[in-house]
Amino acid sequence: MSVTLLEGTAQGEQLKLAGAGAWIAENARSLEAQIEDETRRTGKLKRVDIDMGRVERLDTFGAWLLERLVRVYSSRGCDTKVIGLKDDYRALMDELHGVKLTKPPAHHDNQMADAVAMIGENIFAVGHSISSMINMVGAIAVTSLRVLTHPRSFRFTSLVHQLDNVAWRAVPIILLITFLIGCIIAQQGLFHFRKFGADVYVVDMVGILVLRELGVLIVCIMVAGRSGSAYTAELGSMKMREEIDALRTMGFDPVEVLVLPRVAALIIGVPILTFLGSMAALYGGGLVCWLYGGIDPDIFLSRLKESISLQTFEVGMIKAPFMAMIIGVVACVEGLAVKGSAESLGLQTTASVVESIFLVIVLDGLFAIFFASIGM
Amino acid sequence: MAQEPAKANGRRSKEVVIEVRGVVAGFGEHVVLDRVDLDVYRGEILGFVGGSGAGKSVLMRTIIGLLCKRAGSIKVFGTDMEAASDLERQAIERRWGILFQQGALFSSLTVLENLQFPVREYLDLPQDLLDEMAVAKLEMVGLDASVCDKFPAELSGGMTKRVALARALALDPEIVFLDEPTSGLDPIGAGEFDTLIATLQRTLGLTVFMVTHDLDSLHTVCDRIAVLADGKIIAAGTMDTMLASTHPWLRAYFHGKRSREGSQYDKTARV
Repeated sequence: MSVTLLEGTAQGEQLKLAGAGAWIAENARSLEAQIEDETRRTGKLKRVDIDMGRVERLDTFGAWLLERLVRVYSSRGCDTKVIGLKDDYRALMDELHGVKLTKPPAHHDNQMADAVAMIGENIFAVGHSISSMINMVGAIAVTSLRVLTHPRSFRFTSLVHQLDNVAWRAVPIILLITFLIGCIIAQQGLFHFRKFGADVYVVDMVGILVLRELGVLIVCIMVAGRSGSAYTAELGSMKMREEIDALRTMGFDPVEVLVLPRVAALIIGVPILTFLGSMAALYGGGLVCWLYGGIDPDIFLSRLKESISLQTFEVGMIKAPFMAMIIGVVACVEGLAVKGSAESLGLQTTASVVESIFLVIVLDGLFAIFFASIGM
Repeated sequence: MAQEPAKANGRRSKEVVIEVRGVVAGFGEHVVLDRVDLDVYRGEILGFVGGSGAGKSVLMRTIIGLLCKRAGSIKVFGTDMEAASDLERQAIERRWGILFQQGALFSSLTVLENLQFPVREYLDLPQDLLDEMAVAKLEMVGLDASVCDKFPAELSGGMTKRVALARALALDPEIVFLDEPTSGLDPIGAGEFDTLIATLQRTLGLTVFMVTHDLDSLHTVCDRIAVLADGKIIAAGTMDTMLASTHPWLRAYFHGKRSREGSQYDKTARV
């Protein structure tokens, strides 16, 4: 049971309301209910006296409810008076008396229209991100041409720093993951090929799959998640703190200072990682063939020599720098698209990883068609 | 006139709401606060000054529990914050509001949601009352309902400070901590903000702990000033005490070029 905070006694056309207890935020809900009960009282009223003499405490919540009560009766044309209010609370009441309650504009709730608008916005956003990616590719091309003519303006320190982050520090995790992938492919191959007595073809499968497709794909997906996201977050927080604007005003081109070394580091780093990753995967595949499939390392190697050629290896390696470029461009575009809020940084980082993995796979498909048509 | 009730009140009771005793705090080898003692009385506006890097913010953050102290005790409303249980601590946290230097508004929420966030967490109130209270608080800090649906990134510096102050006041706190409330505001905006703080202090009976460098704020709104230097409180008292002090740092701070007399000397010199 809640305590009585407001009590009313009606005498003809006059209503006496007596407040009591603590009119504070904790009691606001029950106080509001009691006020509502009072104001629901019908009948002609001319005068309302609100006696606040027994109210022990009053905060802005209580004061606002009192102000609301006064406004309700005043709008009904009653002569409303607040009496017995402690002097300490006078200033607060005066302050709230001036509050003009312009309601915040109500949200229009047309879900159909919202859904259609959402589709439109998304399509527009896709178009926008495609155009900004093309913009970025163009900016990188122009900047690299300029840097080629003035090699001194290239930031080698930054490139080395990025290479350290993107390539060197990524080696252990890339080796581990590609090694495991190689093991798994070989194990699955052995398990199913054994039924047909075709154990030894597992070597062909591992060799071709790893060198042509999986090595580069796994590495690119890892790099997109590991370094692409880092690029977006770095550039995004620099954008948020106006560091990029500062660069511009000092006459530096952010593409030259920030984007080019990062993209260059990826273009150098990803092929190296792809090579290392492919080797680790082949090693893993060989190890499983030996321990699980009983194919001796000598047989594995000679079989591998027969099944793959330098071309197989080239097909995988040619793709690596293009994919690196895509990851770098997407990461930088998304990073520079960050706006003021922390939420936007998170959104752009997610978008960067998702888009770059998607585009890497699309590009891989395009390369597959291309290589097939030229007979590689 | 503005400060009379607070001063009268202070003289009558002198109730200590924050009691800092022998607090030591620092980072690694570096000791920032070395046995600091400080009292904050109910209903006063305490200006807290000190050189950049002297540890003003460290002390404020230690009092509100964002930093750990190495020694000493901090009592808020007579409760030792270290010995307090989680529930007691939460009850005290509900009774203070903090205005961070950059506002610290939640960037993914609108202004209205920012103001309602603490209220919604602590109190069970109907939505229409929440909305009305948020608008009322906005009007108390000199804004209006038109900013309700804006996101913090869309606000100007002065508006951000005002919204952050409104959020600090959302739960009707008894103490508000203000970390450099007027920094980054133009002199007119800073002056208005000072008046606003004084008005709110009077109407809501707040105790204000204000870290500031603004000499005008110290002159116009602060009842008492505490000075931190070399890890200790070197002086605490009214503006007159500060001006009368012979301590070299205090002389440099309050009688320097940028102080009121300093700039007056400049004017007379020019004439």
